[in-house]
Amino acid sequence: MNIIVCAKQVVDVSEMKIDPNTKKPILQGVPQKISDIDKNALEEALRIRSEHSDTSITVVTVGSSDAKERIKELLAMGADGGVLVVPPQKYDYHVVSALLAEAIKKIGNYDIILCGEASIDLFSGQVGPRLAGLLNIPQITYAQNVKAGKEKVVAERNMGEQMVTTESTYPVLITVTKEINTPRLPSLMQILSSANKPIKELSADSLGVKLSPAIETVEMKGVPMERKNIVYKDDVNESIKKLVDSLAKEGVLR
Amino acid sequence: MVLVFSDDKKMMLELLGKGSEIAKELKLKLNAVIIGKDDTLAKEYISHGADKVFVAETDLNAFKAEEYTDILDAILKEAGAEVVLIGSNKNGKELAPRLASKLGTGCVTDCIKLYVKDKKLTAERIVYSGNAIVVEQFNTKPSIVTVPSKVFDPSPKDSKHHGEIVKKKFDVNKSASHIVKVQEMKSEGVNVEDAEIIVSCGRGFKSKDDIKLVDGLAGALKGKTIGCSRPIAADLKWLSEDHWIGLSGHKVKPKLYVAVGISGQIQHIAGMRDSDIVVAINKDPEALIFKSADYGIVGDLYEVVPKLTSAIKEKMG
Repeated sequence: MNIIVCAKQVVDVSEMKIDPNTKKPILQGVPQKISDIDKNALEEALRIRSEHSDTSITVVTVGSSDAKERIKELLAMGADGGVLVVPPQKYDYHVVSALLAEAIKKIGNYDIILCGEASIDLFSGQVGPRLAGLLNIPQITYAQNVKAGKEKVVAERNMGEQMVTTESTYPVLITVTKEINTPRLPSLMQILSSANKPIKELSADSLGVKLSPAIETVEMKGVPMERKNIVYKDDVNESIKKLVDSLAKEGVLR
Repeated sequence: MVLVFSDDKKMMLELLGKGSEIAKELKLKLNAVIIGKDDTLAKEYISHGADKVFVAETDLNAFKAEEYTDILDAILKEAGAEVVLIGSNKNGKELAPRLASKLGTGCVTDCIKLYVKDKKLTAERIVYSGNAIVVEQFNTKPSIVTVPSKVFDPSPKDSKHHGEIVKKKFDVNKSASHIVKVQEMKSEGVNVEDAEIIVSCGRGFKSKDDIKLVDGLAGALKGKTIGCSRPIAADLKWLSEDHWIGLSGHKVKPKLYVAVGISGQIQHIAGMRDSDIVVAINKDPEALIFKSADYGIVGDLYEVVPKLTSAIKEKMG
């Protein structure tokens, strides 16, 4: 079986600081990592491989050349090879999904494409469904449980109020949620032995993708949150008395 | 035209509300789509502002992104559209990007503001776990936007508004996937999104049984809604997911939000940042939650919550 995992390099949002004046996040100097849910996607691919001999896993990333370091982490986790697609200067989901689709066509035959339900930085959740649409294959989104058989795959999907079980033949694109598994941490041995695994570099030009973005980000604004930040730290009984008085003044005790 | 679609009626009325505003500004007609057979619904959408309702008949008995994409694609080919608004439930969020890819056009999901600026449709959405808002402009048409519930006001009813109902069956390809089973999720019938007072619990609680402390406090505050952070619902499963407040859980805006034993990860803040007044109780004085709180008490929740509960009862008589 051939599995392709799409993974995105993102800023580590938990390390992000907010500029106290503009209230905008400071993106420079924030450590980069592979988006958490994309690691769940790879973990699921590794689990499927353990049930199907002769399975190869390729990770595909659209990102700048420094994303190679991140791809190495995925190879250490167990992926067999990586493909890095360097995007043109301006891109959006329309461009990125076209790059992924062309890169995947170049990789060749595939049975399953796995993606995270969304990336943790922008959380749009567009790439999975867009990619499935471009490749004209079925999509199974928000999977919490995947059973990959010989001829078909069955997945349980968390649709909020309902759990929907969907079945599909191959090829299929599946997006997974964080709850599906716990991604493994590679051992030092795995990190060392993955050093020679191949990472192929492609570009928009080499893939013949000449698209312009359909959407332009014109501004990024901060989200000011005005809070009083009154914290009572003294004696608990005293703190409670002060809090109750404050809440009464706010008019929320009725 | 402006085309609106959701499989959720409540969302649909909100889409008609925003849709008519955009349609007026761009001097376009407002059209709605129903997938399935439902004439009464079509009439209702007309009275809420739709100029035309396409009723697309289908053999499917449940939502399927692939077939629904093809149906909308067929309607767009026939009637055209400048703007497509789709309800941002999970179905809508997997439908909109697939449709966008088929049309080679732009899409913005989970939009919180939508307006026309410099003659371009402009959408705002929250990014970086609630720490920033990006303003996006469309270069392509149709411009596809998904809108979460309760962001825009529903369109008022006007029984005098006239419109046309177009019934049609579109022949679309059957996808290789199909639904085997639909199960209602275990729910405790809680609706945190509508609650005025919410008391929420997090990892500071040592056992499932201790959550009754939160119940007690909520009761004293004359609220009955219990919320929680991700670990309580998703990992420990002490509460069902309808209690889960956060980026991937529910977004709430109560008058009073009390966070007990919640550290205040930005993913949680993203779900409760629109609360009027935030109170935090945490034993760690450095806990992030205090930065997002109006009032805080540093202390052991096992001591603070029972005492606070009786103090509130006393105050309120």
